[in-house]
Amino acid sequence: MLSVDFSHWWDIPYLDRQIGIADFDHINLISWDNFHINVTIFNSWLVIALIVLLSWLVTRKLQTGEKVSRLQTVLEILVLWLQKEANETSGSRNNQYLGMAMGLFCFIMVANLLTFIPWFRPPTASLSTTMALAAIVFISIPYFAIKNAGIKGYLKKFIEPIPLMLPMNIFSEFFSVLAMGLRLFGNMLSGVMFASILSAFIPFVAPLTMQTLGLLTGSIQAYIFALLAIVYSSSVKEEIKPEIITN
Amino acid sequence: MDSYSLIGAISVIGACLCMGIGSLGSAIGEGNAAAAALQAMAQQPDEASRIRSTMFVSLAMIETSALYALLIAFLTLYANPFWNYAINQ
Repeated sequence: MLSVDFSHWWDIPYLDRQIGIADFDHINLISWDNFHINVTIFNSWLVIALIVLLSWLVTRKLQTGEKVSRLQTVLEILVLWLQKEANETSGSRNNQYLGMAMGLFCFIMVANLLTFIPWFRPPTASLSTTMALAAIVFISIPYFAIKNAGIKGYLKKFIEPIPLMLPMNIFSEFFSVLAMGLRLFGNMLSGVMFASILSAFIPFVAPLTMQTLGLLTGSIQAYIFALLAIVYSSSVKEEIKPEIITN
Repeated sequence: MDSYSLIGAISVIGACLCMGIGSLGSAIGEGNAAAAALQAMAQQPDEASRIRSTMFVSLAMIETSALYALLIAFLTLYANPFWNYAINQ
């Protein structure tokens, strides 16, 4: 039985419905038997659609030369900036981390910036989204490590500096990624929650200041998530054999 | 005082203490980190962009402990597991 109910989409988060910290995941927009599409998933789709539409519009007719359209300039600045950051941070000259970092950065950035629309609940303020993003990073760590240093080089990371540290290294592998997800979730949740509590007391001008601050923290969090993903993925580097100089 | 109101009162006090004490350490740490980064930027303006990006990453790392405190505070206020125990009694 298909049922569509969009009436709770624009409730003020956490005040109209006090369910708990997993609030967005409990509001079902489209239900079909046991298959539910909740607000988090729907808003993620909106964010993805926005990114795809914008990129398609810009790259449809690329220009070279003196006259370049404004949006193309914006995207070029973004790509070149992140390329520089990724290559400087990871120390690799080929752009192997750029794709992952750009995807994470764009999604989180657009999702966080859309909090400026009052009724939009950012999908990054839900623990399931941030943990899914952290899972991408968790898979990418062995992927890039094995690709660059081989399976032996990857496993060698766990017994460094001494084999006694093996359990610690395994724990830190899990918890560093877990902390990434929790950090993004905590930041976005506190931003949304603070804005909605403030709008219950002083509905008109005061929430604007907090939302402006939320834009700043949102963009910094997107940058940090992408940067930490690069740092963790490039933790195992290719062994550079010292070249013997022969005259 | 019945157990229901006792749990409510202690949850609120606990959440406030958790936020206050938990953010104290990370606030001091972030202040130290920012001060050191500013000093380094003043001494070496050429390396400012590199220092700034490193500073943002380390600030986010330091902030994590305060965010854990925030999550615990939210947990005690909104998803307290002892509420159900008190209601079922």
